[in-house]
Amino acid sequence: MKLMRPMTFLLFAGMISSTAFAQEGAPQVALSCAGCHGQAGEGAGSIARIAGYDRDAFITVWEEFRNNERPATIMNRIAPGYTPEDVAILADYFASIE
Amino acid sequence: MTTFTRRSFGALIGATLAAPGLVRAQTAGRLVIVGGGFGGASATRFARINYPEVEVTLVEPWPTFVTCPYGNLILGGNRTLPEITHSYDGLRARGVNVVQDRAADIDPVAKTVSLESGTVLDYDKLIVSPGIGFRWDAIEGYDEAASQVFPHAWMGGDGSQITLLRQQLEAMPQGGVFGISIPGNPFRCPPGPYERISMVAQYLKQNNPTAKILAFDAKDGFSKQGLFQDAWGELYGDMIEWIPLSADGQIVRVDVENKLFISDFGEEHRVDVGNVVPPQYAASIVRDTGLANETGWVPVNARTFESAAAADVHVIGDANIASPLPKSGYVANSTSKTAVAAALADVTGPEAPSDPVYFNTCYSHGGEDYSFSVVGIYRTTDEGFVETPDSGGISPRGPLSELAENRRLESGYADAWYESITRDMFS
Repeated sequence: MKLMRPMTFLLFAGMISSTAFAQEGAPQVALSCAGCHGQAGEGAGSIARIAGYDRDAFITVWEEFRNNERPATIMNRIAPGYTPEDVAILADYFASIE
Repeated sequence: MTTFTRRSFGALIGATLAAPGLVRAQTAGRLVIVGGGFGGASATRFARINYPEVEVTLVEPWPTFVTCPYGNLILGGNRTLPEITHSYDGLRARGVNVVQDRAADIDPVAKTVSLESGTVLDYDKLIVSPGIGFRWDAIEGYDEAASQVFPHAWMGGDGSQITLLRQQLEAMPQGGVFGISIPGNPFRCPPGPYERISMVAQYLKQNNPTAKILAFDAKDGFSKQGLFQDAWGELYGDMIEWIPLSADGQIVRVDVENKLFISDFGEEHRVDVGNVVPPQYAASIVRDTGLANETGWVPVNARTFESAAAADVHVIGDANIASPLPKSGYVANSTSKTAVAAALADVTGPEAPSDPVYFNTCYSHGGEDYSFSVVGIYRTTDEGFVETPDSGGISPRGPLSELAENRRLESGYADAWYESITRDMFS
């Protein structure tokens, strides 16, 4: 299959406003967060925005979910499935997003 | 820390350009993705964003994608078909070559995909996310023509099946019988039939309150069973009767002319509306090309999703064998990205992660503001996929008086999940 010609790409350039929230380079452990929170952590509806979340606060909240010390429906079931090392990677990643 | 890529872009590429793939030369390799559903569309978008130097081609026969998730809400009256129909224009705008055609053959030696139109695509890496096929021979009398009388509504297609089922529901006589035939495992979306029952009950409660739902099941237990049965009792009284395998619940024959479901022991059940969720296997493209094994599903490497039968062919989504991961849209989305990274590792680098984590949350709607979920976190060993111990699980059970807020919150999260995951596929 031939590549589209560069000129065609330029024609499309005006149409890419829908390409917000493209997030390159997410660590593997963070890829599945996208299904609810968005790959850029942007959130949706009642699901929290976690982009730019303070790193230390992220880890603290996660541990509260893990230990059932924080009201939750879903995250308290998710949190115990990830190691502290995983959580540190997630915290770094989402804290790094504007 | 395993990071797929954090490329530095050349000085010619402005930082404000949202889609660098559109202007960079795409010459490092050719990635072809067959199937534009939860697995394939997610893989496509992920590849286009993270591997701008790779040419990405998506082959999908339908011009738009109708999601199976939230299709049941059309029956319940909370969604319309346009609200669950998605365009591929967002992927096109990112620079994906979207080919509306059906893959007819794969040659893993020549590394080509032949399309029905006659076009032949060369690939360096192939991702196949073809979804399911129906075992039309499994229930006597149930073939493609019969599905125009007893809809399956178990593939999105052009939305005509779910629309037909909704129309039949609306036309059902007062006090009529809605019958559903549910297959044994494995099948697409394990909680789906039971959410469907719930959404049909929601419709009937408002519009046809003396109607009955007979749910014939080819097994003796099902996903989130306690939660569903709690919901049915709390919301719909005795409208729903679930007939398990052990109570002769397996339907082995249908008679569309006389509107009959016939059980394994020969019992005839007359229905006014019949919904047959047929037994399934992987779609024909992977069965006809030797990628599927004798089960009809495709064995894959748990870390790369590479087919056990063909190098450089990675099979994701409902078509593969990944138990204990369920055949869900979330799993297809979650695993698709690691499959892309693994496939492209020896094209562009970097190395694929050696210890991937996969994830699932499946929400189900029991009624208005009444939803619940199952969560699973999965990892790999040299033997395959394993569930992470002491994590995940289902929503709490208990009296609605205590859990109403929980069910309401999960309903909102389910809606937000749908928005996020479809954005992660198509935007």
